[in-house]
Amino acid sequence: MSARKPYRRPMAGWWKKNPYFVEYMVHEGTALFVAAYALILLAGLFALARGEAAWNAFAAFLRSPPSLLLHGVLLLGFLYHTWTWFNIMPRTLPPIIISGERIKPATITRAGLAASALASVALYLIARIAA
Amino acid sequence: MKAATRTIRIEVLRYRPEQDAEPVVQAFDVPFTDDMSVLQGLQYIKDELDGSLSFRWSCRMAICGSCGMMINGVPKLSCSTFLRDLYPGPLRVEALAHFPIERDLVIVMDDFITKLHKIKPYIIPKEARSLSQGEYLQTPEELDRYEQFSSCINCMLCYAACPQYGLNSSFIGPAAMALVHRYNLDTRDGGSAERNPYVQAEEGVFNCTAVGYCSEVCPKDVDPANAVNVNKTEAAKDYFLRFLRPKGAQA
Repeated sequence: MSARKPYRRPMAGWWKKNPYFVEYMVHEGTALFVAAYALILLAGLFALARGEAAWNAFAAFLRSPPSLLLHGVLLLGFLYHTWTWFNIMPRTLPPIIISGERIKPATITRAGLAASALASVALYLIARIAA
Repeated sequence: MKAATRTIRIEVLRYRPEQDAEPVVQAFDVPFTDDMSVLQGLQYIKDELDGSLSFRWSCRMAICGSCGMMINGVPKLSCSTFLRDLYPGPLRVEALAHFPIERDLVIVMDDFITKLHKIKPYIIPKEARSLSQGEYLQTPEELDRYEQFSSCINCMLCYAACPQYGLNSSFIGPAAMALVHRYNLDTRDGGSAERNPYVQAEEGVFNCTAVGYCSEVCPKDVDPANAVNVNKTEAAKDYFLRFLRPKGAQA
């Protein structure tokens, strides 16, 4: 009979054992903030479809202190999600070769962050002009 | 060897299946010199303090991939991790995470070896060639496409870094995917159709959730996370493009 008795260690609480995993879980968790904001936008769209009174009520809700607080919290979640998302992006792309040189991971991350910042500023300006 | 100047406490997670129901921590005080690795610390323990301590090692220069273990919770090659950097300690040494422990710091690696075997990590020639046709020629650009992935030493640190593998060991895992990628990218190779079923299966690349820690711990900068994630795109393309191909056409 074999004297072998391989021992399997439990995985319970695995993400708390390494700061890298904690960051991963926070990153994944902030995806819920993105989903929450998508639901707010969707609610706005429904309000718009229901008519002027519903839309005005929705707009009034957006300007209320609880809504501003919620948006502040969601924005922080978004910023963290954006930061960590573009940090992992170089690991997900095939090599990008420009004039015989591989683009460095840090350059890809910076380009992603810059594009996201530019898009946010552009959206803000469009909203300002439209308002 | 220089005289030992300092002492560090090494806590080893021990597991002796004939006497332990589960692993237990045993601490050893090890005198060391500045040039001593964690592996040499373990060798000191085995030679001077407790000859029953079991661990794998071979080359002592970070190329054989035998001496991987968790050092303070991080997967590392013990031969290239130095005691001086962990002083004053204590430091905690444990068998590679996510693998069953055979004994002390020795893991059961059968699962990885089976996967490695399955993905055919060797060149499968596109067509039969005779010696008279001469050698295969490759350009530096062709070499550059796969060179980084060919540096894998099968040390399994990436598996110990992958929580998805820990939660579900049917996942093909980082190193096996890095090697699939290495051979699929090779212009001499024609074996991707034989390897892709393991890539495109549910327990293939799609078990990966892009944690990315595998690439952080890789001692050879293989970046297995990149191999896995690039193949997610490839697998998706392969799946959807089949609807556009004429019936009976080959990929």
